[in-house]
Amino acid sequence: MMTDRQRERLKHRIAAICAWLVAILFFFPIFWMVLTSFKTELEAIAVPPTVFFDPTLENFRLIEERTDYFSYALNSIITSVGGTLLAMLIAIPSAYAMAFNPGRWTKDILLWMLSTKMLPAVGVLMPIYLICQKFGVLDTRIALVVIFALINLPIIMMILFNYFREIPKEILEASRMDGASTFNEITQIVMPLAWGGIASTALLSIVLLWNEAFWSINLTSSDAGTLVALVASFSSPEGLFWAKLSAVSTLACAPIVVFGWFTQRQLVQGLTFGAVK
Amino acid sequence: MKRLNKLALGLALCTTMATSASAGELTIATVNNGHMIEMQKFTPEFEAANPGITLKWVTLEEGVLRQRVTTDISTKGGQFDVMTIGMYEAPIWGSRKWLEPLEFGADYDVNDILPAMRGGLSHDGKLYAAPFYGESSMIMYRKDLVDAAGMKIEDNPTWDHIEKVAAALTDKEKGVYGICLRGKPGWGDNMAFLTTMANSFGAQWFNQDWTPALDSDAWNKAVNFYVNLLTKYGPPGSEGNSFNEILALMNEGKCGMWIDATIAASFVTDPGQSKVADKMAFAQSPYSATKKGANWLWAWALAIPAGTKQAGDAAKFIEWATSKEYIELVASKNGWGNVPTGTRQSTYDNPKFQEAATFDEAELKAILSANPEDSTMNPSPYVGVQFAAIPEFQAIGIAVGQQMTAALAGDISVEKALENAQAAADREMKKGGYYK
Repeated sequence: MMTDRQRERLKHRIAAICAWLVAILFFFPIFWMVLTSFKTELEAIAVPPTVFFDPTLENFRLIEERTDYFSYALNSIITSVGGTLLAMLIAIPSAYAMAFNPGRWTKDILLWMLSTKMLPAVGVLMPIYLICQKFGVLDTRIALVVIFALINLPIIMMILFNYFREIPKEILEASRMDGASTFNEITQIVMPLAWGGIASTALLSIVLLWNEAFWSINLTSSDAGTLVALVASFSSPEGLFWAKLSAVSTLACAPIVVFGWFTQRQLVQGLTFGAVK
Repeated sequence: MKRLNKLALGLALCTTMATSASAGELTIATVNNGHMIEMQKFTPEFEAANPGITLKWVTLEEGVLRQRVTTDISTKGGQFDVMTIGMYEAPIWGSRKWLEPLEFGADYDVNDILPAMRGGLSHDGKLYAAPFYGESSMIMYRKDLVDAAGMKIEDNPTWDHIEKVAAALTDKEKGVYGICLRGKPGWGDNMAFLTTMANSFGAQWFNQDWTPALDSDAWNKAVNFYVNLLTKYGPPGSEGNSFNEILALMNEGKCGMWIDATIAASFVTDPGQSKVADKMAFAQSPYSATKKGANWLWAWALAIPAGTKQAGDAAKFIEWATSKEYIELVASKNGWGNVPTGTRQSTYDNPKFQEAATFDEAELKAILSANPEDSTMNPSPYVGVQFAAIPEFQAIGIAVGQQMTAALAGDISVEKALENAQAAADREMKKGGYYK
């Protein structure tokens, strides 16, 4: 017969094994991508797949020779950070208004905003393309920044709204008694109190925008292309490309993986917000 | 806090830095194919010979390229000055005045371009795109395995003979499959191959009155043969295979025969990427009822969109990239075995090329035998071998391709797949106003 303590320990072990299995399952494609990036094209297509081989940097050399990686990386940084900042600029005052002065339709408006995320992006490709063309911003970072801000706005609004609702209204009332304006309330009371939430929301938004593919590929050509567009350009209709594609994907993932590693605490906080009460 | 606001403002300003193309800068949209990538490496040579013109390359995945250039050209977006398009788009877009007609000087020697290529890229006698490299389809097979089986593959064998050879070459225990063919759905994937096969069984896409002809006996026979052949002697998961997947299998020595684009010959004979490079041989495509339309014709070509403000410079670039001199330039740097083929007669006449490319004769024969204007046994109203050059074809080809894949996977019967395909094609043609 197992004692309660033994049973508890067994439960923990099973949970740990399950967690490791899930982690390995999620990590495996990334591991395989990195491994393939050091293979030749022939090794990359080998059946059965090879795990031990003479690694080569040839694919990375080819990428360096063919493309301006840093220009694509810079575009990724500017558009993902820029899109997040612009979205924050709109979302913070909006979420403030909705959290502290809710109206009859507040919840409906939030739901409507979220429902726009359900619209397939391709459905609005032509209008957006024509608008960008009319304003002369096709293949510019500004177009991507604005669109990135708009596509993430509903999620950012929703998360910030939930964070702001946790702040006791009495604090704001007290500041109002002391003569604080709305701007002061937001910048000196709400933002410092919700700083952790704002930071994790921003980090989550940056990660999502870094990986955005549809608009990056469709609205850019030579000047504003992001790393995602660079990866897409390495797919070939006639010829082997798996090793080169893996190498360029590794280079595209590397910055955001490092970024995610350093900010994982805040990211997890943002991702699991509201999951446990 | 003030500092933070300034930082945010600064970053926001940075993001608004819009960039625009400068004068004399040509933006070229292209696909990630070996020959196209090689061309990018010769940018300094072009720029040195044409002071004042700089080249900017945009490499896109084939599907994305089609979508992007179609969007750009139909909205006159002006993002590209030179576009890489195929033989399907050139006559349709030319007829709609979306492309600038191409006129070159006498030095260019337009008559040196293979007639089939010239014809396929023209509309009303005007050339709308210049071929950068071209291809047909042919049989690529493992000569060692065929010899060991005591069999032969000659030019234009019958499909029945191909089935016998496939049966003899299949050794599933060793992981060798007699025949590998495209199965992945798409008008440029499984339907490119299946159309040529159906043509050779006497089938066609449309009757003379533009009604779809997918419910014909010839289509039924062709698709049944295809499904039966691949099910018995093809690799597992054929419904997911297209050019690249089969190239990988072939290079690994897993396929006895492969019928696909002639461009594959340069890959499967390259010891750097193929384990069976020295064991390959080639033959003209198989047929059943007719040799007409049994092998396809395709070209990746360069064209100038009507919206560009730099048509003059764009024409200079296209003239350079599709000239005899360019082919010689590539040969001088990379060798004659690596030049873009399928475009000019002079390439095939060159003894150095003949020596370097073991597949040159088979490739030229295949290209010359393909006639987009007469590709079906019975008269048909359309131009094109593995496609019908009408705007509706893309949607029809995709829908029919999905039905064929479903039949190959065993999800539905061939008869049901063709019935669905006929209904889908009928719907599109009615929508297109071809009949009521």
